[in-house]
Amino acid sequence: MAAELAEHAHPEHDREVFERTIFGFWMYLMSDCVLFGTLFATYAVLQDSLAGGPSGKELFNLPYALLETLILLTSSFTSGLAMLSAHKKNLLRTILYFAITFILGASFLTLEINEFSHMVQEGNSWQRSAFLSSYFTLVSTHGLHITVGLLWMTVMMAQVLVRGFLPETLKRLTCLCLFWHFLDIVWIFIFTFVYLMGVT
Amino acid sequence: MSESPLEGKSLGEGSFESYLFGFIASLLLTLTSFFLVSEQLLTTNFVDPLIIGLAVIQMVAQVVFFLHLGNESSPRWNLQLFLFMMMVVVIVVFGSIWIMNHLNYNTMPMERTMK
Repeated sequence: MAAELAEHAHPEHDREVFERTIFGFWMYLMSDCVLFGTLFATYAVLQDSLAGGPSGKELFNLPYALLETLILLTSSFTSGLAMLSAHKKNLLRTILYFAITFILGASFLTLEINEFSHMVQEGNSWQRSAFLSSYFTLVSTHGLHITVGLLWMTVMMAQVLVRGFLPETLKRLTCLCLFWHFLDIVWIFIFTFVYLMGVT
Repeated sequence: MSESPLEGKSLGEGSFESYLFGFIASLLLTLTSFFLVSEQLLTTNFVDPLIIGLAVIQMVAQVVFFLHLGNESSPRWNLQLFLFMMMVVVIVVFGSIWIMNHLNYNTMPMERTMK
């Protein structure tokens, strides 16, 4: 009787814990959104304060930014596919899709760091003008999130390999995917407001 | 073990079709914005509001098809939180731009405001 009850109650309890955790994580993501909102506002206010330095028009390479955007978008898609495979408890596909997501995320980060180092080498670092300070703050905050996401992904892949698909693991994977999709949504706005509108 | 406790609808749980649809929609919207700017098809006054609009549409597409925000049952706490956050962000961003533009205008040297 007790065992029967426990078996019955367990999935519902798990479900509740799952939804509560996701809600808590969603709350974190939304507050992170406000953080990015303030950085976007700072950028919008300071983007014309060049102090004689170069403007976005001279600095930004649109096809390069498009490549970064497409890579991040694809990684957001593959992380969704990884999540679907995880729900189906397909270990091989989950690891495969997360590996693709990781490689794409790492390529995005490499491209971004490459872009930054070129700018700094040409003397256009964050110290050059208020515009560049706000640019580097906004874009590298996003890059920092991506770095953390990649670390997290490594840990989760190890967890899936060692422990399999426990309810906790699926819960954490869901949080990770929400985080990753969220970073792609933030990047849409960086691409539009910083790169595209910086060039028009 | 026949049924996963995680089945049902919540944030981040969707079908393959929804991910694929979200991916294709985002891809098209990104490329449209890019070519509008790179080919200089329109004047700046037109192109800026247009690409902002496309970015907002893409955000909604990703929120619906990647995050699956619309799937939860009421009370839709996730959705309410999202809408509240959007309101805060819009106030912070547009409020800052508005205030700082006025500040710039009002603290300009006289000869430039007199034009």
